[in-house]
Amino acid sequence: MADDEKTDKSDKSGKKKIPKLANPMPQQDPKERIKNFDEVALGYDMETAIKEAERCLQCKREEGKEICIDGCPVEINIPAFIKCIKEGRIEDALSVIREKNNLPAICGRVCPQEQQCQKYCRLGKGKGRDPVSIGRLERFAADYDMKKQPTMSSTTEDLTKRPKKDKKIAIIGSGPAGLTAAGDLVKLGYDVTIFEALHDTGGVLRYGIPEFRLPKSIVDKEVDYVKRLGVKIETNVIVGKTIGMDELMDEYDAIFVGSGAGSPMFMDIPGENLNGIYSANEFLTRINLMKAYKFPEYDTPIKVGKVTAVIGGGNVAMDSSRCALRVGAEKSMIIYRRTEEEMPARKEEVEHAKEEGVELHILTNPVRYIGDERGNVRQIECIKMELGEPDASGRRSPVPIKGSEFLIDVDTVVVAIGNSPNPLIPNNTEGLKISKKGTIVVDDNGKTSIDKIYAGGDIATGAATVISAMGAGKKAARAIDNFLSS
Amino acid sequence: MKNYNIRKKKILAENVKLFEIEAPLIAKNAKPGNFVILRIDDHGERIPLTITDSDAENGTITIVVQEVGKSTKKLGMLNEGDNILDVVGPLGKETEIEKYGTVVCIGGGVGIALIYPEIKAFKNAGNYVISIIGAKTKDLLIFEDEISNMSDEFYITTDDGTKGRKGFVSDVLKEFIDSGKKIDLVMAVGPVIMMKVVADVTRPYGIKTIVSLNPIMIDGTGMCGGCRVHAENGTKFACVDGPDFDAHQVDFDNLIARNRRFLEEEKRSLEGVKNG
Repeated sequence: MADDEKTDKSDKSGKKKIPKLANPMPQQDPKERIKNFDEVALGYDMETAIKEAERCLQCKREEGKEICIDGCPVEINIPAFIKCIKEGRIEDALSVIREKNNLPAICGRVCPQEQQCQKYCRLGKGKGRDPVSIGRLERFAADYDMKKQPTMSSTTEDLTKRPKKDKKIAIIGSGPAGLTAAGDLVKLGYDVTIFEALHDTGGVLRYGIPEFRLPKSIVDKEVDYVKRLGVKIETNVIVGKTIGMDELMDEYDAIFVGSGAGSPMFMDIPGENLNGIYSANEFLTRINLMKAYKFPEYDTPIKVGKVTAVIGGGNVAMDSSRCALRVGAEKSMIIYRRTEEEMPARKEEVEHAKEEGVELHILTNPVRYIGDERGNVRQIECIKMELGEPDASGRRSPVPIKGSEFLIDVDTVVVAIGNSPNPLIPNNTEGLKISKKGTIVVDDNGKTSIDKIYAGGDIATGAATVISAMGAGKKAARAIDNFLSS
Repeated sequence: MKNYNIRKKKILAENVKLFEIEAPLIAKNAKPGNFVILRIDDHGERIPLTITDSDAENGTITIVVQEVGKSTKKLGMLNEGDNILDVVGPLGKETEIEKYGTVVCIGGGVGIALIYPEIKAFKNAGNYVISIIGAKTKDLLIFEDEISNMSDEFYITTDDGTKGRKGFVSDVLKEFIDSGKKIDLVMAVGPVIMMKVVADVTRPYGIKTIVSLNPIMIDGTGMCGGCRVHAENGTKFACVDGPDFDAHQVDFDNLIARNRRFLEEEKRSLEGVKNG
C-alpha cells in the first residue's frame, strides 16, 4: 500500500509512526458489481483490521474535549473496542460494542460515520490525515464473529441468569428503533414482544436498504441475536388493525412505537400515476423484501426500461439508481434540484453510484411526466434550477429558471423525495399528540402525551438515519425502565 | 408461530374457489369492505383479497378467489388442512354502512362474492336492498342463494343469456333508473370496466355510487404507493384511503392501465406454473 509511505512526520513519540491515510476497504469492481446484488464493500481482513486499529490514538474522554464517543448516538466505547482489535482480541471487541449496540454488523455498514464518530476522531483533525475507520472496524468485529459461528451471532453473556422482571412491554415495528429498544429492555429482564406489520422483520433494513449494501443474511443474524436475548417477534400484526392500541394498553405495562416513516411522498405533478413511475418504497420493496431481482424464481416482478431516472438526492435515491442498473437498466440517472454539495446522501454512496455509471443531473427538477397512448411514461419535462437564499434546512433553496424547460426521454422513473410518517398509529390512538407533519410528539426521553406510550425513530423525527433511530430506541428503553421501576 | 390453516375449501365455479382460513385476530376485527394480504409461500407475492365473510367465534375468515395468475393458481392448488404462510389484515377502510333507504348492490364475476358482506350489512342496517348479480355465463354465477336470501329484490344477468336476463348488470340498473324508482345508493364490485359503466350510468342522475377498487398492491399498509389511484381529486392509496371510493371521481382508465403494468411478467409467471 502506498499509504504506508505517507507517515505522519509530526509524530514525535519515537514509536511507530501513524499512517496518514486510512486503510482502504476492498470492494467489488464497479463493472462487475452492477451485474449482481452481492455486497459491494468486502470488509477488512484480520491483518488490515489490526493495522487500522493501530492508527487509533486511544484518546480519553475528558471535559471540554470531544472524542469519537461523543459522536456516537449509542455511545459505544470506541477506543476500548479498537484496542481489543489491535491486540487481536476480536471477541472482546464485539462484547464492548454489544454493551451499547445490539446491531453492530448493520451499523458498521450503514451508519454515516463521517458525520458521527469519525467526525470527532482526534487523528482525523490533523491536516491531510484520515480519521480512524471506526465503522469498518465495527463491521470487521461483527463479521468475524458471524463467520466463526455461521448459524448464529454469539453473545458471551449468560442469558439464563438474568433476573426477570414481572412487566410486559410491547414494541411496535421491528426496524432499527424497535429492535434496539427491545434488545435493551429484554436485557434488563422485561418480557418483550415486537409486533411487525410485514411478513418479515427488520423494517427499512429489510425492505429499504438493498442487498448489495446490507446483505439480508446479516439482518437475519442480527434479528436472531435479539430473539436469542429473549425477545418475541410477531409478524403479520398491524397495530391499529389486527389488534387495537387499546388492547395493547390493557395487556402491556408500556408500549414503544417505532413504526417508521413509511408513507411515500409524491410531487403531485401531472402524469405521476403513469405506468413506469414508482415510489422508491415500491421499487425497493419489490426488489429487497420481495426479491424481485430473482424473478421469476420469486413471484414478484420488477420492470425497468432502458433509461431509469431517479428523482431525489438522498441515500434512497442512490440505492434506487444503483438497483435500476442491477435489474437491467442500460442508463440510470439522478435528477436533483440542488447541487451535489447539498445532496443529503452520504458522500460514499454518491461516489459508489458514480463509479457504477449513474449520471447526476443537478439543478434540475421535474415539472410533468409525458406518457404514450398505453399509459407508459416516456418523457420527463424538467426545468433548470438555480440556488437562492438558504431555507429552513440551512441549504440554499432551489429556484426555477423561467423558460428553461427541457425534455428527458425515460422508460422508468423512481420518485425518491422522502417519506412522511406512517399514519396508522397516529390515526388510531386516541389522545396521542401528533405534530403538523404527522409525527408523534415526544419529549427528550421519547415519552409521548400518553403515560405508557413511548416512541422513537422516524415516526417521531421524520425520515432520518438507522443509527439515530437506534439512539432513540435506546433512550426510550432507558426511560421505560425508569418509568416501570418507579 | 401463527397457523393460517385452510379449514374449508369449496369450488364455486370454474377457477373460482372459496377458502375458510384460520385467522382469529383478523376474524375478530373484520368489517365489510376490509381485505387481507396473503403470501402463499416463501417465494410468493403479497396479494390482496377481499374478506367475504368472517366468523369471530370460530376464528375464521372466508375469501373467494378467481384464478387468474400464478399466485391465485398456487392458492387454488392448496387443500383443506394446508397452511398459508402469511395472512395479514384486516386492511383498508370499512364500507360506510348506514340506513340510506334503497340500496342497489351490483356484483360482477367474482365480485358477486366480494359484495356479499355489504349486502348483508346494508340489509341489517334496515335498507331496502336490490341486488343485481352478473356473470359471463350461468356456470360462473356464485353466491346466488346467499345473496337472494339477504335481498328484497334479486336479479341475475348473464352475457350469453343462459340464466336470468341476457345482457349486463348495468342494463338492469339503467331500467330501474328510467322507471323512476328512487335509488339512494349504488354500490358496485366487479371488473373495472363494469364499475366504470355503472359509474357512467348513475352519473347523470347524481346517484351516490361507491365502488371497491382492486389495484396491484404490495404491503397494503400505505407504505409502497403501488396501489395509487386517481380518485376524489387527487392521488389516493387504495390500501389505506380505500378500497371504497366515490365512483364518479375515479379515473378508471388510469386504473385499467395501472393494472396492466406487469402483464408481460404475469404471463411469464403463469407459463412457469403450467410448465412446471
